[in-house]
Amino acid sequence: MEILTNSHTPPHTCNNSGEGARAVPLAGHVGFDSMPDQLVNKSVNHGFCFNILCVGETGLGKSTLMDTLFNTKFEGEPTQHNQPGVTLKSNTYELQESNVRLKLTVVNTVGFGDQINKEDSYKSIVEFIDAQFEAYLQEELKIKRTLHSYHDTRIHACLYFIAPTGHSLKSLDLVTMKKLDSKVNIIPIVAKSDAISKSELAKFKIKITSELVSNGVQIYQFPTDDESVAEINSTMNSHLPFAVVGSTEEVKIGNKMVKARQYPWGTVQVENENHCDFVKLREMLIRVNMEDLREQTHTRHYELYRRCKLEEMGFKDTDPDSKPFSLQETYEAKRNEFMGELQKKEEEMRQMFVQRVKEKEAELKEAEKELHEKFDRLKKLHQDEKKKVEDKRKSLDDELNMFKQKKTAAELLQNQAQQAGGSTTLKRDKERKK
Amino acid sequence: MHKKTMEDYVPNVSKASGPGVDFSYVGIDAILEQMRRKAMKQGFELNIMVVGQSGLGKSTLMNTLFKSKVSRKSVQATAQEKIPKTIEIKSISHDIEEKGVRMKLTVIDTPGFGDQINNENCWRPIMKFINDQYEAYLQEEININRKKRIPDSRVHCCIYFIPPTGHCLRPLDVEFMRRLSKVVNIVPVIAKADTLTLEERDFFKKKIREELRANGIDVYPQKEFDEDAEDRMINEKIREMIPFAVVGSDQEYQVNGRRLLGRKTKWGTIEVENIAHCEFAYLRDLLIRTHMQNIKDITSSIHYEMYRVRRLNENNTVVAHANGMPEHHLESEEKFDSSCAASRF
Repeated sequence: MEILTNSHTPPHTCNNSGEGARAVPLAGHVGFDSMPDQLVNKSVNHGFCFNILCVGETGLGKSTLMDTLFNTKFEGEPTQHNQPGVTLKSNTYELQESNVRLKLTVVNTVGFGDQINKEDSYKSIVEFIDAQFEAYLQEELKIKRTLHSYHDTRIHACLYFIAPTGHSLKSLDLVTMKKLDSKVNIIPIVAKSDAISKSELAKFKIKITSELVSNGVQIYQFPTDDESVAEINSTMNSHLPFAVVGSTEEVKIGNKMVKARQYPWGTVQVENENHCDFVKLREMLIRVNMEDLREQTHTRHYELYRRCKLEEMGFKDTDPDSKPFSLQETYEAKRNEFMGELQKKEEEMRQMFVQRVKEKEAELKEAEKELHEKFDRLKKLHQDEKKKVEDKRKSLDDELNMFKQKKTAAELLQNQAQQAGGSTTLKRDKERKK
Repeated sequence: MHKKTMEDYVPNVSKASGPGVDFSYVGIDAILEQMRRKAMKQGFELNIMVVGQSGLGKSTLMNTLFKSKVSRKSVQATAQEKIPKTIEIKSISHDIEEKGVRMKLTVIDTPGFGDQINNENCWRPIMKFINDQYEAYLQEEININRKKRIPDSRVHCCIYFIPPTGHCLRPLDVEFMRRLSKVVNIVPVIAKADTLTLEERDFFKKKIREELRANGIDVYPQKEFDEDAEDRMINEKIREMIPFAVVGSDQEYQVNGRRLLGRKTKWGTIEVENIAHCEFAYLRDLLIRTHMQNIKDITSSIHYEMYRVRRLNENNTVVAHANGMPEHHLESEEKFDSSCAASRF
């Protein structure tokens, strides 16, 4: 099979966009107005995925809000307050409404704000978000890739839960949001807002917005370029941050069952717009801007990550002479460089190893020599001792022999004396003794 | 003065149920409407290539398909109609709009194909053009600073015109389709089908289908890309009709009190959009009304990916042989390398 591929000559492309695209009127019904339908049908068959990250201190009602938003009881018990660090727990659920299948992933920050030293709290969150981008980048860079069936785990929206103090943002909040604003679409919300009165809430919101602006935190703005949603989006933008209340319990109000929180002094209805902004949040997050959130994540945040990552790895689009580099060339150059370094390191290690072996050998030889010497010495000692012992034994033997001789001589004499005369023996003995 | 509230903006919402609003409705299916909005705003792109000898009615068919003067001949002012000495590739773009849906249609013409005495390798410039488009897309895709929407100039569909001999495919046809079906979606059509009677047409089609099968040529819709049983059913019906016998015309005539596109002859008027006369309507429905998205998807997720794999591998094999490494290590090694390189910094 003969397939022609290119060397690096600039390809001949169509002369389109810009020049040459003329507007042509149609003389009848062609039928491509069904294109949006075809596109939508394909997406429906494929299913959608949406990933939400909930960042906030323990006990601010993150899980409850997720349950309320999606009308489902997601599993999980409330977390403890004694976590040593911030971990992220993600759960994926398959939801279906009419013919739309949604793969929803909810990621919770466990232990956020519980530590005594919170300096590193934001780090695990940033790492998690980067890891999702990295996974997508890896898939995109693969040679054999399956992008259209890839389960996208990149975070599309980050709901930042602000504690309802009524005063201002905590410094932990500011620091974390500042670190996250270039990586993810941040939607700040005031949690458990039934703890604040209406007037305090208004002041709180103004304070929060001004603090965010003065610290240069870029939160997600609902898009206002499409006329059909521009008006509602811009109204909503002015209501940020949304003050929400979450509840999965139903209470009978009038003749309907509504989601609400019941207090002795009254009932806070979740879906009542006068009570809280839950409905606004649901509208914006799900019913109006879900697709835009996904698009922003892909075209802005992911592209930024990709650009930084590739530049970090040393790739450039053009070299100093502004000749376009191909990714492949740079990659090969880097790879060769890397291989070279690897080899050098290997050499070094080998040298060091040989060196150490030599040293150890020398040591061992020394020790062996010493041992031999010791052995010789001991042997000599042993021989000397042995000789001494031999000499001693010899002398002892000699003495023994002499003694024996003397003994036999003495005995002999005694016998002779006895034989000579018994009585005179005594006398003789006495005389002899004199 | 009616103050606008939430309910006025939200599309197909809970107004369906009566007095009590349905609180269990989340609104996930609103994403379909959001996607539709986005698609309408962005517009669509379609690139069609027409290949065939001169005189087979390619330009006319394009004009008929899109009901406007989109062919090269209508655009270029040149009066002369000389057959070029070598194959040229000429592409013209049009912006058309229907019911709010905007489309950028690019028609790529190949004058000179099959017109020379010696037609050896006449597919080469065409293959090169198609691969060039893939290359341009690939280059943009692997850029570090890349555009938000990569301009898609890849050829989505190639309509191949078979002259209505009534017998069988010519060697040129077989050769061309065999090579090109591997890189692009080919839709073969029998041109100027009004010269064949219905029996001749059926016989011709059967012969063509047999020959395509015998040569292993996979034309659109390809069997291996059927996604599920429903798809297969629909596509089988189409596969039984291929190649479509078409007649093109951009002139209207009065038939039975209606103005229809057709060709008027002494023995009758051939109505282009009448399925009893020719199969133009099927072609139009396939290309435009039902399978346009599918054609684009197969181009981008299969043909383009195949090109990309080939292209990225060809650089690797060069280096691999230089380094003395076996090829099958390359993919895992590439991932390892890139992560090593990343961790190094």
